[in-house]
Amino acid sequence: MQSLQQKLKDTLLPERVQPAWIWLRQNLFNSWFNTLLTLICLWAITVGGFGLVRWVFTQAQWEVVTANLRLIFVGRYPVAQLWRLWLAALLVAGVLSFSWGALQGWTRKVLLRVGCAGLGVGVALMFVDWMSALWCGAIALLIMGAGSAGAWCQRKPLWQSFKSWLPLLWLITFLVALWLMNGGFGLTTVSTKVWNGLLLTVFVAVLSIVLSFPLGVLLAIGRQSPLPIVRGVSIAYIELIRGLPLIGILFVAQVMLPLLLPPQANMDQLVRAIAGLTAFSAAYLAETVRGGLQSLPKGQWEASKALGLSTPMTLGFIVLPQALRAVVPAIVGQFIGLFKDTALLSIVGLVELTGIARSIAAQPDYLGRYAEVYLAIGIIYWLFCYGMSVASRRLEHSSGH
Amino acid sequence: MTDGLVALPISVQPIISVRGLQKWYGSFQALKDIDLEVKTQEVVVLMGPSGSGKSTLIRTLNGLETHQQGQILIDGVELTQNPRQLESIRREVGMVFQQFNLFPHLTVLQNITLAPIWVKRMSHPQAKETAMQLLERVGILEQAHKYPGQLSGGQQQRVAIARALAMQPKIMLFDEPTSALDPEMIKEVLDVMRSLAESGMTMAIVTHEVGFAREVADRVLLMDRGQIVEQATPEEFFLNPQQERSRQFLSQILA
Ligand SMILES: Nc1ncnc2c1ncn2[C@@H]1O[C@H](COP(=O)(O)OP(=O)(O)O)[C@@H](O)[C@H]1O
Ligand SMILES: [Mg+2]
Repeated sequence: MQSLQQKLKDTLLPERVQPAWIWLRQNLFNSWFNTLLTLICLWAITVGGFGLVRWVFTQAQWEVVTANLRLIFVGRYPVAQLWRLWLAALLVAGVLSFSWGALQGWTRKVLLRVGCAGLGVGVALMFVDWMSALWCGAIALLIMGAGSAGAWCQRKPLWQSFKSWLPLLWLITFLVALWLMNGGFGLTTVSTKVWNGLLLTVFVAVLSIVLSFPLGVLLAIGRQSPLPIVRGVSIAYIELIRGLPLIGILFVAQVMLPLLLPPQANMDQLVRAIAGLTAFSAAYLAETVRGGLQSLPKGQWEASKALGLSTPMTLGFIVLPQALRAVVPAIVGQFIGLFKDTALLSIVGLVELTGIARSIAAQPDYLGRYAEVYLAIGIIYWLFCYGMSVASRRLEHSSGH
Repeated sequence: MTDGLVALPISVQPIISVRGLQKWYGSFQALKDIDLEVKTQEVVVLMGPSGSGKSTLIRTLNGLETHQQGQILIDGVELTQNPRQLESIRREVGMVFQQFNLFPHLTVLQNITLAPIWVKRMSHPQAKETAMQLLERVGILEQAHKYPGQLSGGQQQRVAIARALAMQPKIMLFDEPTSALDPEMIKEVLDVMRSLAESGMTMAIVTHEVGFAREVADRVLLMDRGQIVEQATPEEFFLNPQQERSRQFLSQILA
């Protein structure tokens, strides 16, 4: 009721245009204590900001970053094979943009903005490397093209029957991208040991996210199951994992698993890393999804059962769509956390973004230039997390009716 | 049709048959020794004070509640906890709830076609056509592509009726279908139910709408503390109740 009244007030009363100094006095200087706080904060911001700006422009030596850009992004992936990574990125970006358009819809403005941002990066890359600039431009154009195609499909009734093929499209995309990255079948094999930097971070994070999602949902359902064994195993798993630190799980996966498994079972260290992260993330996801399941009124189950739908159908058509939609923000929050948690892999010997930063800062030419490198990778982490956050907000806005 | 070899006349063949039904919630006995037969095309109205077990009884009839003793036969099939058997019985028995329980994330049309498509394996175009006919029958054809949240309570309950009818059930159960509605919307829902009764649907209805019960019911049952205390035709029940409990109840709701 209160919000309704507020709304009425807002619409009925004409908005008064306040001079800035009145706003300042009412909000920042309305008592001697607040005035003091404001002054202290202003002083801290000025000193800190000034120091940062001075450091960035006069003291920092950015050469350590600019000279190592390739290492930061793709690690020691052979230069002659870089086209394969670009091609994989092109493929994934195209399919992603198409799917988003086809399921979610693109507004022309947003699509244009995304595309232009890509082109902007491409233009900036011209100062670094012509080939990269061209690839980046191609990706930006493909995003716009495939996105428009997806948005066009969404409006066609016929599309509804093709929708169910999207997961297959993604599976094929993944396999092709993996083949491009890894080689074999006519391409030179590139060992996963040289997939470093951002490439490794993104690869591990994406796979862990994609794998932990279904596992988490299954665990959440298992925890609610009327079957005591299923419920017991789910609870035991969730509580065990939630009681362990991630770094411990990663150590077990990297160091212990090879000791436990027979030596022939030569698991790639990437596979072990992904397994550890997935196992960890799934347990937390399960609890989030359980919250969504419990928030659903019992009447939804009853109505579905009364129509003769089986339990799997009820879960798939009625319960999960509503329960998951209710917890999208929390799920995305967890995925953002997972993305950042990949940094811990640097401790167990994987050279992902944080790992490559450590090794760059140890190069003899740039000894001690930690700050520049860490600031640079901090910006990269932030860009990715902020992107996920924005995407999640769009998902929420469009899914409520 | 007087030939002795044809099936028994409809009126003597019970489609719902309940014998010696007992149900407990923990140590609380919600249903006590219920015997009930409903014949094909019969309309039975259940009345009784709040907490007397009306919802419990009607919900055991399609297995939403389990019973501990006694036997329930729906169209000759015994109701057990076997999931397959339950699902096949639920296909024959439609249910309408007090709170509508529409699926808020699906459009009206999707609400109605979901079960026919996935449970009855009906083709999409056919399910859609049936749904449109039903929406026309309940008088809200123009709302087909809206979401439940965009409809009034009366419209939502009519969608819920159409959703249940889309499975072409032999029996329809209603648990206080108008109790959550604003007074001005009650009539539109009762009108739909009335025409459904006229079309020959077998119905078991929990309701406090006396006028509707007198007009539509073939039989009125009074429940009290988990027992059926009186069964009679509407005229007898409302004008000349036999039991003290019935008189008390009627004086309360007619006051
Ligand atoms: N899930 C349940 N657990 C425990 N007791 C219940 C449950 N559902 C109903 N009851 C009890 O059973 C009795 C009958 O309830 P109900 O069938 O809902 O009554 P009515 O529909 O006639 O108002 C009430 O006393 C109620 O408290
Ligand atoms: Mg009730």
